[in-house]
Amino acid sequence: MKNLKYALLGAIFGGILIKAEVMSWFRIQEMFRLQSFHMYGVIGSAVLTGMISVFLIRKFNIKTIAGEPIVIAPKVFTKGNIYGGLLFGLGWAVTGACPGPLFAQVGAGFTVILVTLASAIFGTWVYGLIKEKLPH
Amino acid sequence: MELIKQPWPWYVAGPLIGLIVPALLIAGNKAFGISSSLRHICAACIPANIAFFKYDWKKESWNLFFVAGIVLGAFITVIFLSNNEPVNLNPETIADLQALGIRSFDELMPEDIFNWSNVSRPIGWVFFLMGGFLVGFGTRYAGGCTSGHSILGLSTLQWPSLVATMCFMAGGFAMTHLFLPYLLKLL
Repeated sequence: MKNLKYALLGAIFGGILIKAEVMSWFRIQEMFRLQSFHMYGVIGSAVLTGMISVFLIRKFNIKTIAGEPIVIAPKVFTKGNIYGGLLFGLGWAVTGACPGPLFAQVGAGFTVILVTLASAIFGTWVYGLIKEKLPH
Repeated sequence: MELIKQPWPWYVAGPLIGLIVPALLIAGNKAFGISSSLRHICAACIPANIAFFKYDWKKESWNLFFVAGIVLGAFITVIFLSNNEPVNLNPETIADLQALGIRSFDELMPEDIFNWSNVSRPIGWVFFLMGGFLVGFGTRYAGGCTSGHSILGLSTLQWPSLVATMCFMAGGFAMTHLFLPYLLKLL
């Protein structure tokens, strides 16, 4: 099935989140207390690697395995980048996780994070509900 | 094997995470991003006739396979590929958190906060319900999370993602230094 390759990539990503302790609440605290370079190094080198990869994809016109040209949708600025970003940041320091690590925390055996995840799904749902009333 | 079982340094893990970006693009033109999965779950399970959830989520089902993979990969790694030692934190962080009432530093997460008995206590309402809500609401309002904005967005030099990333960090610093000391009094 064609979606299995994405499950495999997800599994690799989940494994890295554990091995680098990126999904650890403690590591996130260390980051926001400026007491370790670890998280900054992880995110910084990930961005650099991603940047070089995208540059190479564009330069050599690399195609998908199905032979399609690679397209990356542009991100459009809205005020939500600011307001939503700040709200997510507050939540990031509380849960010690962005959405990816939330799934990794569950997989690591912290099953109570299923409650956090359900609440995150509810938060997304409420956003959909009141989207039109929010400044964008 | 010992090398694999030890925690990986940032310069190993970071580039590997970065390579997920081209891997997804080459696998099928997929944009790295996790928070969208929460939207797809809403669209699939509780659309409630809300316009934001009326789209063909099945076309985006790769994203749900990806997050299911995260759960599975994390599980396998913890069981078979970890030495299960405490996180090697800066002693200053441990001292700061001890001063705020955290006692357990043996696992990847503090047991004091993240346990099932806290679900029925105010500390759990703050850390699970409020925290989760902020993550889910905030990422969607921001149009992405650390993966979609900070890693994919910055990798492709998109300035809205830089704005979003700076706001993620600002929110995190504010929570850690201004609010968390009070919230942890609920322990």
